[in-house]
Amino acid sequence: MQTDMSHYKEILIKGIWRENPVAYQVLGICSALAVTVKMSTAVVMSIALTLVAAFSSLIISSLRRWIPSNIRIIVELTVIASLVIITDEILQAFLYDISKQLSIFVGLIITNCIILGRAEAFAMANNPADSFVDGVANGLGYSMILVAVAFLRELLGSGQFFGFSVIPGFLYDMGFQDMGIMVLAPGAFFIIGLLVWLKNSLPGISHEKR
Amino acid sequence: MGDLLSLFVNSVFIGNILLAYFLGICSFIAVSKTIETATGLGFAVIFVLTVTSPVNWLIYHGLLAPGALAWAGFPEMDLSFLKFITFIAVIAAIVQAVEMVIDRYSPLLYASLGVFLPLIAVNCAILGTSLFMVERNHSFIESVVFGAGSGTGWMLAIVSMAAIRKKVRYADVPKGLDGFGFVMIIAGLMAMTFMMFSGITL
Repeated sequence: MQTDMSHYKEILIKGIWRENPVAYQVLGICSALAVTVKMSTAVVMSIALTLVAAFSSLIISSLRRWIPSNIRIIVELTVIASLVIITDEILQAFLYDISKQLSIFVGLIITNCIILGRAEAFAMANNPADSFVDGVANGLGYSMILVAVAFLRELLGSGQFFGFSVIPGFLYDMGFQDMGIMVLAPGAFFIIGLLVWLKNSLPGISHEKR
Repeated sequence: MGDLLSLFVNSVFIGNILLAYFLGICSFIAVSKTIETATGLGFAVIFVLTVTSPVNWLIYHGLLAPGALAWAGFPEMDLSFLKFITFIAVIAAIVQAVEMVIDRYSPLLYASLGVFLPLIAVNCAILGTSLFMVERNHSFIESVVFGAGSGTGWMLAIVSMAAIRKKVRYADVPKGLDGFGFVMIIAGLMAMTFMMFSGITL
């Protein structure tokens, strides 16, 4: 049991930190950039993606012995697309406003390279329990970057945190201004670039070669 | 005509699918190392987008949209929730066909693009364009123009990025920033220049 737990912990740490899908493997950045103007959308997107990643890995791994290898991409996409449809319907039913703000990006979870990448690279070769943990780990790794980017963009761009103003008024009186660029597209690129720089400079992380 | 032209210019510059909506970034970063492959992939994306967008329009408005099945006796049927799975299947099939055609007629292009063609199927720019086309209620002609415009915008962005990366190959980038981080910062600067186009109306 002890070895089991440390085995899962190993997979978790790998997915969340050492081989973080966004920062290390450069996967799934499209949506990481688009939904990070506000914390609320980023958090909902993170939860949705983590669930889809975990369950698609679980299902694909359980089916891996029955999937013919030459049509495996289509089978994987079908599993992922079905899960995304369920997620989208749930969001529209219970969180309609946020689902409107996420617009097409919930649908784009299907083409998020993290999910297909983990299905291809991990779930097809490992048992369901490991794959589930791996899906959760990669989902959390993605969520971590997403929430960090959203935190910085919302704070610097509109001075808010989950929609509440957190920058004290006297700073504005002293001439502080929200950085409009953070709300726009370039801000997202800059923040991700700088976060990757920060991450590569921290110890204990394999550095990506150009 | 003017409307279509302005939709095209808008989707190439102001609403650039890559720099304003962040779609297709994965292949944008992976394939922008040399100008030749970037150009090849750019043309492939333009072609696939120009075909998939109208095909998906026909399927959505002919079968999936609320009330679209009225001709078959199901006026209350709303299958629009199936659009994700249908669109991705259509895209995968068309990409497969394109791959076979390129393999047959241009082995050279196939050799340099081979690995990336299957990636087009999961390129979010392609699926995103189809989903935007539904969300923005484009007409059939508009969906063709929007597909071609988005593809052109994507190609413009990836070819410029490949050219910039060639120029900065020997630049002295701080350790840790080179590679992915540096590309993101260049992309940010490119997005800023593309923002200057906003406000232009034809």
